[in-house]
Amino acid sequence: MMPQKAPDHIVKSFDDELRKLREQILAMGGRAEAQFADAINALAKRDSDKAVRVIESDKGIDAIEMLVAQDSLKILALRQPMAKDLREVVAAIKISSDIERIGDYAKNIAKRTLQLNQQAPLKPTGSIPRMGDLAIKLINSVLSAYANDDAEGLIAAWRSDESIDEMYNSLFRELLTYMMEDPRNIGASTHLLFIAKNIERIGDHATNIAETVHFLVHGKPIDETRPKGDTTNVAING
Amino acid sequence: MNAISPTLAKMHGRKVTVHYGSKQALFDVDLDVPERMVTALIGPSGCGKSTFLRCLNRMNDVIDGCKVGGEITLDGQDIYDTKLDVVMLRARIGMVFQKPNPFPKSIYDNVAYGPRIHGMASTKGELDEIVRASLEKAGLWKEVKERLDQPGTGLSGGQQQRLCIARAIAVSPEVILMDEPCSALDPIATAKIEELIDELRENFTIVIVTHSMQQAARVSQKTAFFHLGQLIEWGDTEQIFTSPKDERTQGYITGRFG
Amino acid sequence: MSEMAQPATGIKRPDLSQKRIRGRYAAERRFKLYGQLAVGLAIAMLAVLLISVCSKGYSAFYRTEIALDVMLDPAVITPDGKSDAETLGAADYQGLIKEALKTAFPDVTSRGDRKNLYNLVSNGAGNTVRQAVLANPSLIGSTQRFWVVAADDMDMLAKGFIKRDLPEGERVVSDTQIAWYDKLDESGQLRTAFNAVFFSAGDSREPEQAGILGALMGSIFTMLVTVLLALPLGVMSAIYLEEFAPKNRITEIIEVNINNLAAVPSIVFGLLGLAVLLGVFGLPRSAPLVGGMVLALMTLPTIIIATRAALKAVPPSIREAAYGIGASPLQVVSHHVLPLATPGIMTGAIIGLARALGESAPLLMIGMVAFIVDVPHGPTDPATVLPVQIYLWADSPERAFIEKTSAGIMVLLAFLISMNAIAIFVRRKFERRW
Repeated sequence: MMPQKAPDHIVKSFDDELRKLREQILAMGGRAEAQFADAINALAKRDSDKAVRVIESDKGIDAIEMLVAQDSLKILALRQPMAKDLREVVAAIKISSDIERIGDYAKNIAKRTLQLNQQAPLKPTGSIPRMGDLAIKLINSVLSAYANDDAEGLIAAWRSDESIDEMYNSLFRELLTYMMEDPRNIGASTHLLFIAKNIERIGDHATNIAETVHFLVHGKPIDETRPKGDTTNVAING
Repeated sequence: MNAISPTLAKMHGRKVTVHYGSKQALFDVDLDVPERMVTALIGPSGCGKSTFLRCLNRMNDVIDGCKVGGEITLDGQDIYDTKLDVVMLRARIGMVFQKPNPFPKSIYDNVAYGPRIHGMASTKGELDEIVRASLEKAGLWKEVKERLDQPGTGLSGGQQQRLCIARAIAVSPEVILMDEPCSALDPIATAKIEELIDELRENFTIVIVTHSMQQAARVSQKTAFFHLGQLIEWGDTEQIFTSPKDERTQGYITGRFG
Repeated sequence: MSEMAQPATGIKRPDLSQKRIRGRYAAERRFKLYGQLAVGLAIAMLAVLLISVCSKGYSAFYRTEIALDVMLDPAVITPDGKSDAETLGAADYQGLIKEALKTAFPDVTSRGDRKNLYNLVSNGAGNTVRQAVLANPSLIGSTQRFWVVAADDMDMLAKGFIKRDLPEGERVVSDTQIAWYDKLDESGQLRTAFNAVFFSAGDSREPEQAGILGALMGSIFTMLVTVLLALPLGVMSAIYLEEFAPKNRITEIIEVNINNLAAVPSIVFGLLGLAVLLGVFGLPRSAPLVGGMVLALMTLPTIIIATRAALKAVPPSIREAAYGIGASPLQVVSHHVLPLATPGIMTGAIIGLARALGESAPLLMIGMVAFIVDVPHGPTDPATVLPVQIYLWADSPERAFIEKTSAGIMVLLAFLISMNAIAIFVRRKFERRW
């Protein structure tokens, strides 16, 4: 139904602006993905230097977000975009804020890594990188879906968010047991629990992006109910 | 297409076709005009939107060699029925044109003309009241009440257009057709007309042809997109302007047409 | 972008040299000059025409009068002793004038000289005396001084149109007549006065008694008939053809024929009038009614064409506006289109009527060229019209008719100007911006 590639605008500079916006988002996404991967890596390797670099690099992402916000405003004010173009700009704003949050969570993970590195390593640290890898894959696939205007690959990405949620649930139980076993583990376990929660939140933001991309491409929200572990969360928290 | 239930629609077009001589200008257009709403007709030049608009009050009758086919109803009554008097139809369906075209008469006479020929007022007082009310509804009363005897052609473009709207609503039509009413106006005058259209929506059913998609988006509740004499897509304005279903609509409203 | 910045090797640049620009401005100045020359020439020719007509014609507006002491002899005026109006009116006043002349010049005795002497005054001079006596019968028996009209030859002599230095045989006035004239002049018995007769009388064989009023009234009646027939007919047919008639072969043929009729020579309309109006319908000859009908036929195409052009020029937006409110086609035309077209219609009507006013050829065919002394009182009275009158005078041998001819042209022009003035006034009244 949708053309694979919409014909160019009559006003060419409008095309340029939209392309630039998209490139900025993709660059931002790439940076956030790398930053998140580094944070996980720093956690796994107990690499404090890397963690510090991650904390530093988050400023770059925030700067790009500001740029995207400015450019989007400019397009809205000067071009009065309609339909797909309007969705494009709105999606850019939403996606950039999701990515910015992902960056923040990565930074938070790095901060907690610095704390953890001052204590003895805990056993569950090992399952965090696996969870992180899943989240990275998810981010990667939604960003490439965004880059290619391809909503078809998104459904698979969703499913993987479900497994991130499941992993979070099991990690949650595991850490609870650790804390019950030995109260000295509580500090480190809490950090790990928050890190796991951060990764879970990153997964949620990635699914947000997936939804935004779907709306961008199809002009309507995803019909199916989200295959997300919300109910599980409620059950566990409750 | 999301058709509106018949009870809500003021006017129905079914398989409307128009020929100018041997050239076909409209192809099987099915369009409903919902009551007390603003329906915008958009599309590139020569797409048939003005032609369709002019079918709604049979203004095409005036043009030689113009043939209208299909069925158009107003409150369920076929307006192309030979028994229906076209003069009475036009009293029920008012029209505002692209270029403000007040009569070269006084402001008062411009507004009073319709009520006079339709015998709507038996005394001077009644006529005065109709003129005042119409000008007030058109948002022009305050600006012209001191100079009703001056020529309508002496007003500014925006005032002239509001005078034309006052002239149209003076005969208390049920439907008002507007053919690009703001295309000759500056943005401030345009904004005033748009505000006026929004107010008129309470009492009148409005169909507006416009070249400005922003305007269509701002003033209308329903939007119909015409292309090459065909109705491509119509539905809620919101939906048309955020996520049109047809790629031609999409191309047109995003400025990619070609 | 990059192509534009490249040096223009293959691209033709506009020639901006001073020479070319100067040439262009010079051409513009030349064009303006030609236009001014054309306008100047037209104005000059008009001025020459007007000056020549006025300089020749102004003298017709005054006349020479001679003072005579007339003995109002009761034996001549009331031979039976009755003093009723009929008797008074029928008396031989011209005889009294002759007696007065004999008294004024007692040394003229021979028969031939007497005849010459009597020719000093117009043979209509008795009328002056008659009117005085009729107005006041108590004057009878006394001697009164009357200013009577001089004969046309004397008038010409007074106005200097008859040259005294010509040999006697080559002028219409004899040396003795000049001597009498000079004697009258010396004794203060000559004066020039406003020529009221010119504006109050019909045609006459005697120049000093000839007036334009007959022709003027004839023209007015003719124009009246023409306007009353041509304007409503022309405007109605134009409105029908333009606004209501279906566009098909028949209306096309009618249209072509109307355009052709506008180019038909006017004499043809005269023949038509002669054959149909006089021949078939038996209408009176020489009547302004018939003349007006013929001229109306001639004017119709002009009015129809002008009216249709004026109707077409009314912006369609006005029609649409009126239709949009629900006005019927007749209301649209009568309330909006026609008032806006009136200025254009008036222009067309005036062009047509001005042509009709100056037309003589078709009127010759229906007998309006006859010599008619009486001023017409209605459109069925025999009459002539201004251009025909001018033609008749121009054809007359008497020297005094030359000035009458020019004066007649002046009256015709004045008539035309006042007709145009009325039209301009009407235009102004209806003219509105849209």
